Amino acid sequence: MIPLSWYLFLSLILFTIGVLGVLIRRNAIVIFMCIELMLNSVNLALVGFSSYIGNEIGQMLVFFVLVVAAAEVSVGLAIIIAIFRNRLTVNIDEINLLKW
Amino acid sequence: MEERFIIELTQSLKNFLPEVSLTVTLSLVILLDLIFGRRFKNIGAFVSLAGLVVTLFFTIKQYGGSYQIFRGMFVVDPYSTFFKFVFLLSAFVIVIFSLQSYELRETSARRRIGEYYFFILSLTLGAFLMAGSVNLIMMYLSLELVSISSYILAGYIKESERSSEASMKYVIYGALSSGLMIYGISLVYGLTGELNIYAINASFLSSGYSPIVLMISLVLILAGFGYKISAVPFHYWTPDVYEGAPITVTAFLSVSSKAAGFAMLVRFLKASFIDRTITLGIEGAWAVIQGLPLTEIVAVLSALTMTVGNIIAIWQNNLKRMLAYSSIAHAGYILMGVVVMQNLGISAMLIYFLAYLFMNLGAFYCVMLVAEKTGSEDIEVYKGLGYRAPFLSIVFTIFLVSLTGIPPTFGFIGKLYLFSALINAKVIWLAVVGVLNSVVSLYYYIRVVRNMFLGDPESGKEPINFSPAHIVVMLILVIPTLLFGVYFTPIVNFAQISVAMFGLR
Repeated sequence: MIPLSWYLFLSLILFTIGVLGVLIRRNAIVIFMCIELMLNSVNLALVGFSSYIGNEIGQMLVFFVLVVAAAEVSVGLAIIIAIFRNRLTVNIDEINLLKW
Repeated sequence: MEERFIIELTQSLKNFLPEVSLTVTLSLVILLDLIFGRRFKNIGAFVSLAGLVVTLFFTIKQYGGSYQIFRGMFVVDPYSTFFKFVFLLSAFVIVIFSLQSYELRETSARRRIGEYYFFILSLTLGAFLMAGSVNLIMMYLSLELVSISSYILAGYIKESERSSEASMKYVIYGALSSGLMIYGISLVYGLTGELNIYAINASFLSSGYSPIVLMISLVLILAGFGYKISAVPFHYWTPDVYEGAPITVTAFLSVSSKAAGFAMLVRFLKASFIDRTITLGIEGAWAVIQGLPLTEIVAVLSALTMTVGNIIAIWQNNLKRMLAYSSIAHAGYILMGVVVMQNLGISAMLIYFLAYLFMNLGAFYCVMLVAEKTGSEDIEVYKGLGYRAPFLSIVFTIFLVSLTGIPPTFGFIGKLYLFSALINAKVIWLAVVGVLNSVVSLYYYIRVVRNMFLGDPESGKEPINFSPAHIVVMLILVIPTLLFGVYFTPIVNFAQISVAMFGLR
């Protein structure tokens, strides 16, 4: 059996890639993909913990995280479309009317 | 077994009536707007107002009780009911603002106005759930309900580039910090195997985890809360969103969403990280789990939040943006009540929230009226406003004075109780930082007053008139601000009995 720490390290690596992607990438759609990556790494950790501890609460939380991720991304994509209609770009460096 | 479950469920639903009535109202708003929306444009607003009144009735009936419902997912106690009053009041006032808002009347938003009220109500529902949830699943879900409604509201005026930019930034920062928060939740779950905050507390106490691990998960979860209350390292979205969003939404976010974040933060900290087996000398004081520098973390957060908020606010020329930074600073002041780690501090925090509700909504209302008449939120248009619109200027001055915390206003009472709680708990350095910050904040609030009364009007000297409806709303907000500044005993008593949380000392 694969030990728990492997799952946790994989989830930590995925989570870090996700956070770095949100902070570094400039394309709004890629940023949303990175957010999905973050949430899915959490799901991996939850499932790992759940099977290690032996209760099902963690797996239940995974479903809720999935639902929230779907809702968040659908709203996010709608906002990207609204902004694309106005500015014809999804590069967040060019979306800079509001600062300081 | 099944029968018992059904009895429990009906019992729970009976104590869940405020939320149920809000849910019914928001479905009615969408339905009636679809059917009658063409003929009666504002039907959504009136249905929302009626629904909020019904909800208020159920909430008042609920006040005083303390029980747990839905198998420990949710509690009803004086603490959550107090916050429900705050959310209801602010939603009520915001619906009235929205009825008068030019931004919603004169853009494409007027064709989707029914949905606008739907999202106002769903944000309120999310805030209700945030105030009462005691399970990390419920906490995460209700936080997301509030967040997703506010993303949509912030970008409600689709043709405005600023509005969609605001909601874009909001969604990115929001998703990032809620991702950090759920990662923290997964760590807590991994440690304890539980998601109920009372069970988590019991597990923390019984099996002494290393403080480092606790700290990492606490900091990650604090990222989620910090983003909701716009505390400093997580505040970057606040000015942009507040400036870009329609002003009614800005006012709503600055009160409801922030109050909900605080309600959940305090309940989470108090229920999970406090060792209730130890009694400290002082009545109502909490002992933090051993080895966890919780007080220090929150104190540093509070000091940073108010300092950064106040100092950046000095440079702002857009009133909406200035009020955004001032709301960050106020989050810092309110965090002072949490630093105390006593029931005294929480009651001071509750008093401050009531004060903040009236004065902040009032200040945003004045900015909205001036922006409607002059077409700008820039500080320049306030030059000579004292001669063009004397009533509004006086009212606005009262709100700004109250935000600074000068007697005889409600804001002063709020600050007084916060500082006295701090001094009582011997956290003198933070009280000094707070007082210095109030002095700094005086500068930028008074700059607006100076422009209104001492500046010469540059553009157009004709007086500005307001309709009676505008004046009534201003009076509704300004009278409590002044009245509770001198007659504050009932408010203080109300706050002091409202600190009682379910199952916690």
